[in-house]
Amino acid sequence: MMETPTITLREQKVVRDRTKWKMIFLGALALAVLFVAAFAPFLTPYDPYAQDLAIALQPPDAAHLLGTDRYGRDMLSRVIMGSRSTIFAALLLVMVITVVGGMVGIICGWYGGKLDAFLMRVSDIFLAFPGMVFAIAVASVMSGGILNAVVALACISWSKYARIARSQVLAIKSAPYMAAAKLSGSGTGKMIWKHIVPNIAGPVVVTAVLDIGTMIMEIAGLSFLGLGATPPTAEWGSMMSNGRSMLQTSPWVVLSPGCAIFLTVMIFNLAGDTVRDVLDPRQQKR
Amino acid sequence: MEKLLEAKEIRKTFYKGKIPFTAVDGVSFSMERGECLGLVGESGCGKSTIARILTRLIEPDAGSVLLHGREVLQLKGKEKRMLYHEVQMVFQTPQDSFDPRRSLGDGIMESLRNRGMNRAKAKERLYELLDMVELDREFASRYPHEVSGGQCQRAAIARALAPGPRLIICDEATSALDVTVQAQILKLLQKLQREQGMSLLLICHDLALVQLLCDQVLVMYKGRIEERGAPDEVICRPQKEYTRILVNSVF
Ligand SMILES: Nc1ncnc2c1ncn2[C@@H]1O[C@H](COP(=O)(O)OP(=O)(O)OP(=O)(O)O)[C@@H](O)[C@H]1O
Ligand SMILES: [Mg+2]
Repeated sequence: MMETPTITLREQKVVRDRTKWKMIFLGALALAVLFVAAFAPFLTPYDPYAQDLAIALQPPDAAHLLGTDRYGRDMLSRVIMGSRSTIFAALLLVMVITVVGGMVGIICGWYGGKLDAFLMRVSDIFLAFPGMVFAIAVASVMSGGILNAVVALACISWSKYARIARSQVLAIKSAPYMAAAKLSGSGTGKMIWKHIVPNIAGPVVVTAVLDIGTMIMEIAGLSFLGLGATPPTAEWGSMMSNGRSMLQTSPWVVLSPGCAIFLTVMIFNLAGDTVRDVLDPRQQKR
Repeated sequence: MEKLLEAKEIRKTFYKGKIPFTAVDGVSFSMERGECLGLVGESGCGKSTIARILTRLIEPDAGSVLLHGREVLQLKGKEKRMLYHEVQMVFQTPQDSFDPRRSLGDGIMESLRNRGMNRAKAKERLYELLDMVELDREFASRYPHEVSGGQCQRAAIARALAPGPRLIICDEATSALDVTVQAQILKLLQKLQREQGMSLLLICHDLALVQLLCDQVLVMYKGRIEERGAPDEVICRPQKEYTRILVNSVF
């Protein structure tokens, strides 16, 4: 009788410790990536925009660890510099859609009625549209530029957050503790800010963290199509696009930004998974 | 005695799809100051609905509720929030009635803070309230899932007491607790009611408890008040057929 819970507890602790270490490890990696992005200009061994045709398309060697592109620009410097545009654009994007989508969802869930119906139909439209196609259309109407790519992707991505926030609000709106808060004299603002937001933040934040990787990919994708960052800005997607004809002759030109995208997306996705393991309400109940 | 609350012809119809269902069908009653009034009736007869109307958690379709002779149902915004200085409620499920992300102390202090009391003063009052409901002070920093049902319900009573209300509505406040804890909580409520001179509206399934605690009892059946009287009267000499059935089913 006494044995069983002890073992379960220990197992639980092992799982929790493992999750903790995973979180620390992946968190450190994600922070490292963010650090590189933030201090990119100070970390580049060469000027990422300096052209030198004499050393164009050199394969990786000691001087240029990732080789050079067709204008003789150092690939490592460009990849480091590119992290800034891609990652910051993705973070900005995720932040915008979390806040906007979350707010729309809270308003819909809280007030209900016609406003809710209207906003949800609008979000249906965005959800029903093939996202990337729509983003391409928006981005091309607004003409390139990485900020426009962010706007285009924000247009198609906020609705998911609105849905999540709304369903969460609906789930807790009628909880006795909300009635109790009302009876404590809290107005709408306080109820939303002090009781709704903290209680729905978990699932929304998890979705946001998991989305960072996806958003990096989509921004790189738009740039690859020439609808995001415009040359000569170092951006992973456009770097891959510019080098794509040289995939067979000088693969490093495509592979360096490609691997950068791959690694970054993987780090953020795994970190997101771990955050979900930690915050998931199903695990929290115990 | 002075009249505290008067409900007149309250009516509430819910719609399940298109089908109307009248949960409260013309209920009138009054409560005096310091009175403990029981409200009994079978499940689904509309007891909670009345509690929620009196506390303005839902709006009735018709009727009026007077508190100290003042209409409650028309109050808006700030005045409506002032109503909660007078009327408070203790909920059926103690754990669910506290925000899982906030400590019990925060929950109890919420009404005080909303009235503009500063942190230090609210803390002081919080400890007073915890003493009143015989809870240790360290419970202030606990979360709802870290305490037992009985302890949580004590905290809920402290929260209801915080604004110094004239009327506390207990909507089956003890039915989620086990029998011994039930008795403790009810004794506590009775003690507090006498000390503070509050009125208590005790919504209950259990006729024996009502007989023990209440001055008067309302018997409700299918959205209507069937009978009102002293508990002994009602239980020993039920006037209505339904009351007889209810009494017979218990004793
Ligand atoms: N929001 C609602 N929508 C539709 N019907 C409702 C709603 N709230 C209550 N009802 C119905 O109104 C009736 C009365 O409900 P109420 O909760 O007041 O019963 P009760 O007397 O408190 O029952 P119990 O003793 O089980 O708590 C029930 O039949 C219930 O189904
Ligand atoms: Mg009820």
